[in-house]
Amino acid sequence: MTETIAHHDEHRDDEASKLGIWLFIFTELLLFGGLFVTYAVYRHAHPQAFHMAAQQLDVVIGTINTVILLISSMTIAMATTAIQKKDKRTTLILIVITLVLALVFLINKYFEWGAKIDHGIYPGSPLLEELGSGDTLFFGLYFFMTGLHALHIIIGMVLIAVILVRVRKGKITFDNFQLLENGGLYWHLVDLIWIFLFPLLYLIT
Amino acid sequence: MSSNTTDNTGYKSYLEEDGGRKGIFKWILSTDHKRIGLLYLYAMMGWFCIGVVLGLLMKLELIAPGKTLMEAQAYNATFTVHGVIMIFLIVIPGLPAVFGNFMLPIQIGAKDVAFPRLNLFSWYIYILGGILVIISLFGNGPPDTGWTFYAPYSFKTGTNMLPAALGAFVLGFSSILTGLNFIVTIHRMRAPGMTWFKMPLFTWTLYGTAWIQLLATPIIGITLLMVAGERILGIGFFDPAKGGDPLLYQHLFWIYSHPAVYIMILPAMGVISEIIPTFAKKTIFGYKAIVLSTLAIAFVGYFVWGHHMYTSGMSGTALWAFSLLTFIVAIPSAIKVFNWISTMHKGSISTEVPFLWAASFIFIFMIGGLTGLVLGSLATNVHVHDTAFVVAHFHFIVFGGVGFAFFGAIHYWFPKMFGRKYDPSWARTGWITFFIGFVTLYGPMFYLGVKGMPRRYYDYLDEFHGPNIISTMGALIMVTGFLIILVNLIKSARHGEKTTEMNPWGGTNLEWQVPTPPPLENFDEIPVIDKAPYKYD
Repeated sequence: MTETIAHHDEHRDDEASKLGIWLFIFTELLLFGGLFVTYAVYRHAHPQAFHMAAQQLDVVIGTINTVILLISSMTIAMATTAIQKKDKRTTLILIVITLVLALVFLINKYFEWGAKIDHGIYPGSPLLEELGSGDTLFFGLYFFMTGLHALHIIIGMVLIAVILVRVRKGKITFDNFQLLENGGLYWHLVDLIWIFLFPLLYLIT
Repeated sequence: MSSNTTDNTGYKSYLEEDGGRKGIFKWILSTDHKRIGLLYLYAMMGWFCIGVVLGLLMKLELIAPGKTLMEAQAYNATFTVHGVIMIFLIVIPGLPAVFGNFMLPIQIGAKDVAFPRLNLFSWYIYILGGILVIISLFGNGPPDTGWTFYAPYSFKTGTNMLPAALGAFVLGFSSILTGLNFIVTIHRMRAPGMTWFKMPLFTWTLYGTAWIQLLATPIIGITLLMVAGERILGIGFFDPAKGGDPLLYQHLFWIYSHPAVYIMILPAMGVISEIIPTFAKKTIFGYKAIVLSTLAIAFVGYFVWGHHMYTSGMSGTALWAFSLLTFIVAIPSAIKVFNWISTMHKGSISTEVPFLWAASFIFIFMIGGLTGLVLGSLATNVHVHDTAFVVAHFHFIVFGGVGFAFFGAIHYWFPKMFGRKYDPSWARTGWITFFIGFVTLYGPMFYLGVKGMPRRYYDYLDEFHGPNIISTMGALIMVTGFLIILVNLIKSARHGEKTTEMNPWGGTNLEWQVPTPPPLENFDEIPVIDKAPYKYD
């Protein structure tokens, strides 16, 4: 935390808005933290059922989505660099690529969820009731955690779309790009949470 | 500036500066932190009146055993809605949203908060949360779970608890954004020379509070979402029939809701630390001790949530650990009490209205704090768990703490905020009536609790009748006091004698060095701070 005192005459304070977005990221981490605690408690209570249930998830599609998100994090970071080099065209292309990747992630998620629901696995389904409490909790967590994460993807997309418009209009420029950087930070957070969800749900079996 | 009054020629206060807007838009579109503070104040005043009426209805029901006014179900709904309104709409946002918004930027020598638009947005979220709470009253009937929304009942009840829980979730957002705004403001916008240890104590407590708001509130957010998932989708996290664990709900709930108690009480302590030196005309005793104890409370407050669950089922080790931590968190609170008393020692005290509130705060807070230790130790807790004793303790701390500090704060800053004087003799009458009513209302409940009267029932055994009558009488006296205070303040805000006196009480902080009422951006020139706070020459 810096001890510097901002200049009061200018309305813009990039350091302040960066601090603001970091604090907001803390709150998001804690929001998911509640779910990680729940996961830990129930995994400890039902190790065998969690082991079996995790094998039902599609590691291939999960891996593809992980790679997609990692690349999209890279492209938004590159966009922040591009705008500082006054390269508006590249910035716009990189932001659009980020948005497309986010959309592909959601489409994959749609098919993944769809397949599970087709097999009768969804919260409150009769099949899960039959399978027992371990599976109910695992898939409950699976849908809840990935669902909340998908919601964050959508919020991130809206934010990045706003940024895209503002870059096009010339409101975000090489010397005033804090919004883009903050959007990028938020997007990295969304990415980071997935980096935790992926092993917890798909890989640890 | 040598004169104590404002030169009026060409001066426009924030109340006259309307930004070219008309009517109500002067308020609901303004990003001025002072107007936003008042917006919160007015909204909260409305909510508080509803909450008071609900509380009074409960006390009237309890005036005699059996049904007096309402049946069990109506009583359950009443205490739930009373709790939801008082907790989530009043005491949690309470002091930070009203006085924090108004005073924080002025106290640190800034023109506004760091994110003024976000600040206004937080108020809109607050209103949205309030609307959701109102919606919960209709449909299948008001929620009857208690403000704690304990699982599994919270997803089994047929009443309309979902909007209330979502309302609490939305209000959490408002709280988080306000906290975020305050932290950034304090880090980035202090006037030149205002180092950390020159900050006024109210600002310090807002800083501690803001961190709790930021770091604890998300947990209740996710917990209430999980309850919503339980109700809408039957997801099974807290449903024992599906392998879920209701105890986990309690843990997650209190991981937020215990620190929330410190969200309530820390700014109250800050207000008291402002009022006492001003009216004792003496430098606050142990400034650094107050600051450090504030941070200690904010920190240790995270680790004591288990003391709400002594009888719920935890390991013996967890029980004594939580008990020990609970005793530890009492230490910094006691440090503050000693500091206040030492500040008054050999001061030249003037017993103006704000001082009366502050002094009675200390009295009430000590009763609340010491009975908290009765609840914090394991053996006695088991005896009084879920009895009227808990209700009495809770109201002494939360209502006695926040309420008394709130009334103290409004009587302290009223002339600055409104540029008018209130009638001190009515204010005194209101205070003494309120104080007597308060003690008469909650005092007997300690006795009732020790004797075994459970809380949250509309009925009780005949042997509890006497103290309950006293308690209900106390409620009537207290409400009378409240009405006197309310009418006096509203009348004074509208028609009170105008004042431009900058420093009516002889305070030392920056809010007493700006014109009354302050101009739109508080300072024409940002002040330079060169001396320690609370210095009387």
